[in-house]
Amino acid sequence: MFGLIAIAASAVIFLVPFLFVVLQAAKTPGEASSLAFSWPTEWRFLPNLVDVLQANDGIILRAFLNSSVLTVVSVVLTTLLAAMAGYVLERRPSRWGTVINFFVLAGLIVPPAVVPTIWVLQGVGLFKTMLGMILIETTFGLSFNILLFRAFMRTIPRELDEAALIDGAGPIRLFLRVVLPLLRPVVVTVVVVQAVAVFNDFANPLYFFPGDENATVQLTLYQFQGQNLSYYNLLFMDILLITIPPLVMYVFFNRQIVAGLTSGAVKG
Amino acid sequence: MTTTTTQALPPASAGLLRQRYRPRTRSAYPMWFFLPAVALYVVFFAIPTFASFYFSLTRWTLFDTTFIGFGNFVAFLQDPQLINGFVHTFEYGFVTSAAKVVLGFLLALFLTGPVIARGYLRAVIFFPVLVSTIGVGIVFKNLLDPFHGMVNALLGAVGLPQPGWFTDPNMALWTIAGVDVWKGIGIATLIFMAGIVAIPQEYYEAARMDGASSWRLVRTITIPLSRPAMATVVILSLIGGLRSFDIIWATTGGGPGFTSDVIASVIYKEYQAGFFGLSTAGNVVLFIVVTAVMVPVSWLLNRKQVDL
Repeated sequence: MFGLIAIAASAVIFLVPFLFVVLQAAKTPGEASSLAFSWPTEWRFLPNLVDVLQANDGIILRAFLNSSVLTVVSVVLTTLLAAMAGYVLERRPSRWGTVINFFVLAGLIVPPAVVPTIWVLQGVGLFKTMLGMILIETTFGLSFNILLFRAFMRTIPRELDEAALIDGAGPIRLFLRVVLPLLRPVVVTVVVVQAVAVFNDFANPLYFFPGDENATVQLTLYQFQGQNLSYYNLLFMDILLITIPPLVMYVFFNRQIVAGLTSGAVKG
Repeated sequence: MTTTTTQALPPASAGLLRQRYRPRTRSAYPMWFFLPAVALYVVFFAIPTFASFYFSLTRWTLFDTTFIGFGNFVAFLQDPQLINGFVHTFEYGFVTSAAKVVLGFLLALFLTGPVIARGYLRAVIFFPVLVSTIGVGIVFKNLLDPFHGMVNALLGAVGLPQPGWFTDPNMALWTIAGVDVWKGIGIATLIFMAGIVAIPQEYYEAARMDGASSWRLVRTITIPLSRPAMATVVILSLIGGLRSFDIIWATTGGGPGFTSDVIASVIYKEYQAGFFGLSTAGNVVLFIVVTAVMVPVSWLLNRKQVDL
């Protein structure tokens, strides 16, 4: 009985908003603007989908392209750089370790300074460029992922490293051929969590990647809300489209996402 | 036994090991593996952070800077909008964090117990975590619209008052906090669940043998032993809450008036208005706020770590 109440309550609290998005996305502009939680009198799901993709000269397709490039490249970079750093940080105890740990934690806690970052980006000629945006997302993702990699490295026995070294592997081969394959579970976690974070990021593209040409998916949502107040159906179709990629990630990588986000729960 | 005594041993033995294997260790784990990460960190994070201390003391147009001492900070303390944002940041951070700890723990307790459809419930509670914050903001802005929104339509139908969720100056910030909790409760719940599941069952069995009630089990075993999980939830949600921007910008934009402004939204507004020095001063204030809250909080949480 208690279980049934829980299921009903969770459905109302968590599923109704999602259903609302789907219903709104299928309505005519007039019907959608009433904001009522009702069944569409006329299902316009496909026409709305076509309309939203064509709106503002196809800005959404461009935004999907931008977001995909940004997500894929920055996630690859973050994963590789964080893995290298977390690996050496764990394996090589040195007096630098404490200093580096401090900076890693600082990177996790300290909010990035907005205008000075723009100033630096302009200084190196990367403001409003995809490359600049990729490097920004990579940088801001480093701290969290270094911590994940370092924690996971502790579970990989040093004997494996030593065996590889005795067999004559150099540091690069040791890392790429022996360590990285063993890090696979945490690599998957990092890739998925970081991909969702970058894809959903709003504030950083807003500051560091302005301009219609450079729109990312989250920014189209924000612009859409500002411009087309009479087209609620398209706004909600946009929300629906943008929700799908993270949802697909969740369906396929449920376990890895959970592992990544709960890694600190058991041991502080 | 405290952690300090257990940690006293490893460095000494590690030092011995390092001496013996020094040449090989050195080449096997080269320092240059840090280089790319350090380079990015320095250029795009450390330099802007240090530069922000200087630029916060200037009137700044990106082309030239005029040193004005603490003028920006004085402006911050005098301008009602800015001081509002300052106070709201604390209120928002603490309220969302506390709500996530309490609700997250209760949900986790419920979901780790004997319950039907656990997989479904877990998935449903967790999925908002992955959805775009801006999307969530827009959806709730429409659901909670004072005149046309579904929630007020329902409240009106049963004769209850229909509050102006995002339009009432006294409510806006708390409504946003509620939406934030809706979106973030999944992570808190998951972290608590992982913490609770890791508690050895023997403790409960032993306590039950001694005739402890289920409330007593929760109070004397589950709560103290899920402390690492609580530390994680508190730290993550405080960091997120104090820096919160997306959800506020997507719902009220800091309004009505300045009643739901926080430091992060003030930073954006000043940046948009071209007051780069003032905006950067906001960043420095936020830096100080976050550090001043996080350092004692994490120290407290880690100090009282229970030994298992």
